Amino acid sequence: MKLLTTTLVGAVSSFSLLGMVAMAQADYPDSSIDYVIPFDPGGESDVTARFQEPILEDILGVSVNVVHRPGGGGAVAWSEFQNSAEPDGYEIIGVNIPHIIGQPIQRSDAGFDTENWEIITFFHSTPNALIVPADSPFETLDDLVEYARENPETVTLGGSGTYSANHLDMLRLEQEADIELTYIPFTGTGPLPGALEGGHVTGVFNYTMLGVQMDDSVRVLAVASEERVPALPDVPTFQEEGYDIVGGAYRGVAAPAGTPDEIVETLADAFSEANERITDEQEPLGFVMEYITGDEIDEVIDMLAEAYGPILEAAE
Amino acid sequence: MEMLLQALASLMTFESFITVLVGVSAGLLIGSMPGLTATMALAVLLPFTFSMEALQGLIALGAVYMGSIYGGAFTAILINTPGTPSSIATTFDGYPMARQGKAFEALTAATLASVVGGLVGVAFLLILAPPLARLAVAFGPAEMFWVAMLGLTLVASLSSGSLLKGMLGGCIGMLLSTIGVSPVGGETRFTFGFPPLQGGIELIVALIGLFVIPELLTMAAEGKGALPREGKFGKREASIRQVARTVFSKPVNLVRSCLIGQIIAIIPGAGGNVTSLVAYNEARRFSKDPKSFGKGNVEGIVASESSNNVMVAGSMIPLLTLGIPGAPPDAIILGVLLLHGLRPGLDLFTETGVLTNGFILSMGLAALMLLPVGLLGARLIHRIVIRTPYYFMVPCIAMVTILGTFSLRNSLLDVAIMLTLGCAGYFLRLIGIHAAPIVLGLILGGIAEQGYVQTMLAAVTDPIPWLRLLSNTLSKVLAAMVLLGVATALVPIWLQRSGRLDKASPDKRGEP
Repeated sequence: MKLLTTTLVGAVSSFSLLGMVAMAQADYPDSSIDYVIPFDPGGESDVTARFQEPILEDILGVSVNVVHRPGGGGAVAWSEFQNSAEPDGYEIIGVNIPHIIGQPIQRSDAGFDTENWEIITFFHSTPNALIVPADSPFETLDDLVEYARENPETVTLGGSGTYSANHLDMLRLEQEADIELTYIPFTGTGPLPGALEGGHVTGVFNYTMLGVQMDDSVRVLAVASEERVPALPDVPTFQEEGYDIVGGAYRGVAAPAGTPDEIVETLADAFSEANERITDEQEPLGFVMEYITGDEIDEVIDMLAEAYGPILEAAE
Repeated sequence: MEMLLQALASLMTFESFITVLVGVSAGLLIGSMPGLTATMALAVLLPFTFSMEALQGLIALGAVYMGSIYGGAFTAILINTPGTPSSIATTFDGYPMARQGKAFEALTAATLASVVGGLVGVAFLLILAPPLARLAVAFGPAEMFWVAMLGLTLVASLSSGSLLKGMLGGCIGMLLSTIGVSPVGGETRFTFGFPPLQGGIELIVALIGLFVIPELLTMAAEGKGALPREGKFGKREASIRQVARTVFSKPVNLVRSCLIGQIIAIIPGAGGNVTSLVAYNEARRFSKDPKSFGKGNVEGIVASESSNNVMVAGSMIPLLTLGIPGAPPDAIILGVLLLHGLRPGLDLFTETGVLTNGFILSMGLAALMLLPVGLLGARLIHRIVIRTPYYFMVPCIAMVTILGTFSLRNSLLDVAIMLTLGCAGYFLRLIGIHAAPIVLGLILGGIAEQGYVQTMLAAVTDPIPWLRLLSNTLSKVLAAMVLLGVATALVPIWLQRSGRLDKASPDKRGEP
């Protein structure tokens, strides 16, 4: 009898313990999640987060608050996040490549180090694109390269930021084509349409999104993706033109180091489902949907760090 | 034309009217709180517009934008603190008027000027969008450098009394603008090994610190509320008519301010922060009685408030036609357009013309709505402010200020910077260095730096690189205007020195 009771108690308690563990996992999330965007409202990161927000809320069953914390090209929010966010999945932050690779290499104290993060997923990319005004004398990438070879440094290309995806891939083009160009950094994508329309630069090295947005008034010479971008089907890739340049901005989301795997998986699944549902709205804007999770994340980061690292060091 | 009528028809619904009414009122409230800016008002509203039709969403955003830019005038006049950066110049004459017991008059003048400005901006947008858009893109890096320089010549006129102290203030501001990641080049500077400073000194944070805190400290030190209770309030009906007469009796000032507002609004990067200051400066320069500016001249309020409300619709010109946001709130509207699958460009005026025109007209409606909402609000808020004892008001404003500052970037550091600058501002004011030139330096320092560095980069192969700064007609004209501005500031001083003019009496307390 006594044995039976003990067994029963044991069975019940272990059963309830199991149940509690299961519940603890199933419990996440049980309160609202802050989704920090380290840039101003209105940019690519924000636009996408707005698309994702209602879908994430639908899947996760809690409210998702998009919070902006701009400054230092993202560094202010990232350093703050690294210092103060709890690894419980209730605070997540938007991350951008190559910013998070380039800034710690380039700045003596960027305030953060990506090795300390748990990157959940990269959900889209905006490949780089070389864009010139519609009335530009350069009809093809070859025209521009040819001219730059004869007139070093006279071709001025605007882009968003220094040591940004734009800048780094322009440096790769210089290397690959053995030419010298002049890069003019702007504070973001915002002022670039004006610089193109007003003829203040020869062209811009920016993202596919701008090429789509300015369809009528510009010519996109090449895109830095592996395959042609759906929104710009007539534009060749750099690889087709003989230059091995694949790059752009990858946007994703991260949690603090030490966040339990189940939580990371839950979030990764939610973001991937969100991607499925917003594809039709995002692709026409020039975004390329990505589904990079788990081990692939490190592969992508390593691949890009390897591609950009020497350029960054050479540029110092 | 047909499109315009269709757009008008789509706007003539009960729903639209309510959206505009609520939007303008909410905008007014947010804009009048220090720290809560138009940009933030739009960002907060954004999620709510997703469930709406594209037009309703845009109407709501336009109304909030219009209301919040206008709302900045309330705090500018009543507590000498610009609720939004675009109402800095409103403090110069608005607050002195309030201290003379003419707060309601000042608020009414601001309302009328805002309504006119709002309507003029909408008219410009409807009629002149494409040609003006072309003007916007003419401003490249070199031109932006000169625009910033032109703005810096304002320091002279903002520092009645001592040009030296004004320039010192401007320099302090420019130094503050160099903290953080450089706009071109991306190096971090002056962060003193403290990563959070990479974001630099946010303009709004400096604005709140330098304007609000010294005012609160003064109120606490003097042990009384800032505003006298007597005044013209009470005779409201007569007063509005009188004010209207004063405002419209100087149409040149109104027209000039609107034009200045429009031109600066379409220059990307300069934005609303600069418009009202430039308009104010010109109003003063062309006035027959420039010395009365800064002491409670209605014309100053009219110039500032009309020009900054022109900016609301005016800055939509480069946005809708070229996709260039003229001011930060426009970036949010760009995001909304993209969300609804609308791309800036010609299509907006042809294929989706009804929607676009509906949006534009709704901003006109919002401008008209400012009249009843603003006048009613002015009566209410003025009454609250003069009846609230200072020992209640000071902590209340301090709390709103701290919350507002924190919510900007969810940053406690910003609150600390705000308070530090505020205390520094209090002591600087005691020795005659006012907030306006400092803020001006902070705004323009970054613009000037960026324009200069970008120009020099592009000129890397030129034999004499700095000649790029004068490479076309527009940049030459702007440079000439800068020279002229410096001359008009220095010549009177020189005349004073040589005893040909009476020495102007420096203003002890009011701004400037």
